[in-house]
Amino acid sequence: MSAQVPVTAKPPGAQRAMRLVLPVIVFAAGLVAWELVVRIKAIPPYVLPAPSVIVLTLIKDWAVLSQSLATTLLTTLEGFVAASIGGIALALLFNQSKWVEYSLFPYAIVLQVTPVIAIAPLLLIYLEQQTAVVVCAFIVAFFPVLSNTTLGLNSVDRNLAGLFQLYGASKPQTLRFLKLPSALPYILGGLRIAGGLSLIGAVVAEIAAGTAGAGSGLAYRIAESGYRLNIPRMFAALLLLSLAGIVIYGVLALVSHLVLRRWHESALGKDN
Amino acid sequence: MSPGKTSSAVETGLTHLAVSLRGVTKTYDNGVMALGPLDLAVRKGEFISLLGPSGCGKSTVLRIIAELSAPSSGIVRVARHEGEVQPGQVLPGHGIGFVFQEPTLMPWTSVRENVWLPLKLAGVPKADARARADQALVSVGLADFADSFPRELSGGMKMRVSLARALVTDPEILLMDEPFAALDEITRFRLNNDLLALWRALGKTVIFVTHSVFESVYLSQRVVVMTARPGRIQADIRIETVEPRGEAFRTSAAYSDYCRKVSAALAPSYSGQSTL
Repeated sequence: MSAQVPVTAKPPGAQRAMRLVLPVIVFAAGLVAWELVVRIKAIPPYVLPAPSVIVLTLIKDWAVLSQSLATTLLTTLEGFVAASIGGIALALLFNQSKWVEYSLFPYAIVLQVTPVIAIAPLLLIYLEQQTAVVVCAFIVAFFPVLSNTTLGLNSVDRNLAGLFQLYGASKPQTLRFLKLPSALPYILGGLRIAGGLSLIGAVVAEIAAGTAGAGSGLAYRIAESGYRLNIPRMFAALLLLSLAGIVIYGVLALVSHLVLRRWHESALGKDN
Repeated sequence: MSPGKTSSAVETGLTHLAVSLRGVTKTYDNGVMALGPLDLAVRKGEFISLLGPSGCGKSTVLRIIAELSAPSSGIVRVARHEGEVQPGQVLPGHGIGFVFQEPTLMPWTSVRENVWLPLKLAGVPKADARARADQALVSVGLADFADSFPRELSGGMKMRVSLARALVTDPEILLMDEPFAALDEITRFRLNNDLLALWRALGKTVIFVTHSVFESVYLSQRVVVMTARPGRIQADIRIETVEPRGEAFRTSAAYSDYCRKVSAALAPSYSGQSTL
């Protein structure tokens, strides 16, 4: 009994492989079941399209859909960049002056808690459509950047701050050599959230704009296909949106990992 | 208190003094009196230890000397860097190096960059600063680790980096706030010896805060024993032995006599009060 090798102990490599393989198996099984149900029950595509039909639609409509994907991604990118710059800049401003923080922070919260779907129609009235869509993406995405950066700037090690004070560091020096590097992990965390949220903001705004009769983003394609009962295209557009979200998250997580890998706990392996 | 007497004594010896505190007190915003009144004079080149129970204001004394904290009352005099100050060479920190209880290194950058920091903040030209940072790392025996990151070092090595950073500006006075408290005994003994060697070689004034009787007696020329809150000076004990001291001193009868004497001076702080 003492000589028995524990059966549960597997090499870590195998476990990691299982973590990748299992979801894929579940996904494949789901697709097969879906395909079979649609074929056996002969469900028409305008009720529920089979996965094969969705893929075929994706290929057939690629010209339209890729155009829409590019539009949505551009909006997302613009909203994300605006949210990153705006959020970080505002956090820096708050950090420099308590008065500014006290004056403006409540409005940042108001902007955050008001549902963007409710703001979008108003923005569409006052702004040009493309601008309004970007502003929506910005509004949704900027708060996590702001609050994370603020948290990071306030999380500076007290002794290090004392050290900078002892050596007579100026405000810009303290910001550049102490506060920003300290806040970097928090900022990157905020950006990771903001990436996904700006996609959501863009989609919400496109849907709001789409019902007003204009636009060409993926969300607009979904709304339009819905009116025309082109259900396979709805699914195809949804698939693209979902993939876009995954890629955005993956890219930002990778950037965060590469920037922090030499020093921050979050990016270090467990055995280090 | 007799201010006249104190001031004359201090003033006659002023030029030899690195640090002088007169009637210094510190009261926190919540009304707790942490320190004093406290009189302390430290000669240039002297190695003194401040010894006392937790919360007696030892660290506060260091922070006041370093101007990281303002005294509520009293006079603080600190000898600044003198002579040979060239433009671009003026070093901030008033010729003070500070070693904290924690290594207090920037985790996001290399050991060299950490040691370099005080010079960078002072605007010392890059080539010069780099050479001096490397020189400081050599003096603490870490020349080979300049490109490592702090997290790759052991606790003792991190403390050495912290010491190198404090020395890189060539300060007149070195303030050390329980720097080895978190280290294991073997590492601490080694660092004690290294610190003594550095002190002998560089001739800095060292004010060393500790709560270890043995460490204070081993290292310092004077042990200043402080009372529990509010911190005052209970005893000022001169440690005289054959210099340079080494491991032999640690096991000598004189050493244990001094330890007994210092412990006895410390005893009233521990009995009766529970300020922990």
